[in-house]
Amino acid sequence: MVYVTRRAEFSASHFYHNPELSSEENQRIFGKLNNPHGHGHNYVLDVTVRGDVDVRTGMVVDLKDLKQIIETEVMQAMDHRFLNEEVPAFREIIPTTENIAREIWRRLEGKTGAGRLHRVRLYETADLYVDYYGD
Amino acid sequence: MVHLTRRYRISAAHRLHNETLNPEENARLYGKCNNPRGHGHDYALEVTVAGEVNPRTGMVMDVGLLDRLVEREVLDRFDHKHLNLDVDNFREQVPTTENLCLEIYRLLAPNFPVWSVKPENEPDDTGREDSAAGARLLRVRIEETPRNFIEYEAEDGIPVRVLSGRQ
Repeated sequence: MVYVTRRAEFSASHFYHNPELSSEENQRIFGKLNNPHGHGHNYVLDVTVRGDVDVRTGMVVDLKDLKQIIETEVMQAMDHRFLNEEVPAFREIIPTTENIAREIWRRLEGKTGAGRLHRVRLYETADLYVDYYGD
Repeated sequence: MVHLTRRYRISAAHRLHNETLNPEENARLYGKCNNPRGHGHDYALEVTVAGEVNPRTGMVMDVGLLDRLVEREVLDRFDHKHLNLDVDNFREQVPTTENLCLEIYRLLAPNFPVWSVKPENEPDDTGREDSAAGARLLRVRIEETPRNFIEYEAEDGIPVRVLSGRQ
């Protein structure tokens, strides 16, 4: 079993707000993250797939294909976007780093060819990242 | 289940020296790390917590809460200190990166899950199981330099301390 990771970077804005809570509660829980105009980050995404090395190609997965699916499913949807308004999933759930990683997993799962999706790691900053393994 | 990792920095001095060994043995074992005047590192500490994403907050754990916890238990204690001389944690064990990693794990572990041991001066809902405070401590990783690091993962609770100095 070999693990292959492809990195992509995207920049996006978001804010944290739960419409089921009062303004005061939102402010208390989320603080400056609750600013409705949003703020932004340069996200770094590491997508890891796993599989056996194909004896014919010497590869687990064709990195061009992996790059393309990340481009189609993640970059086009999220790069230079206001996540709360422009990504449908985040009209229902808060685009925290945790939830963005889970949404990226949902978008990529089953589409990574011969490599099975293993991990989505998403850095919000160099000092904060989340890992999601699909369960 | 999502894992959330936060990275911190600790600058500290130390000396690797085991008082139960003679000077020659210490010099052979620890080399230049045994210099009596000590030396220092910019450690990078990664604390990983794990849990389900709380639907109310979208979070595994409030990062501000984790920051305050790590600051109180770890950074206030070790940052800009001499690990052998300024803190009690290494009076009886050598402040290797391994022991520093385990000691940080021991300091943090009893605080998780945070909702069950709500710290003073935290918001009231920190004490609720459905607050962004339900995560468990999964891993402590510490880099002594960019070229060597130590990790400890939760297995059977808090690791037992192995004393190596005077007993």
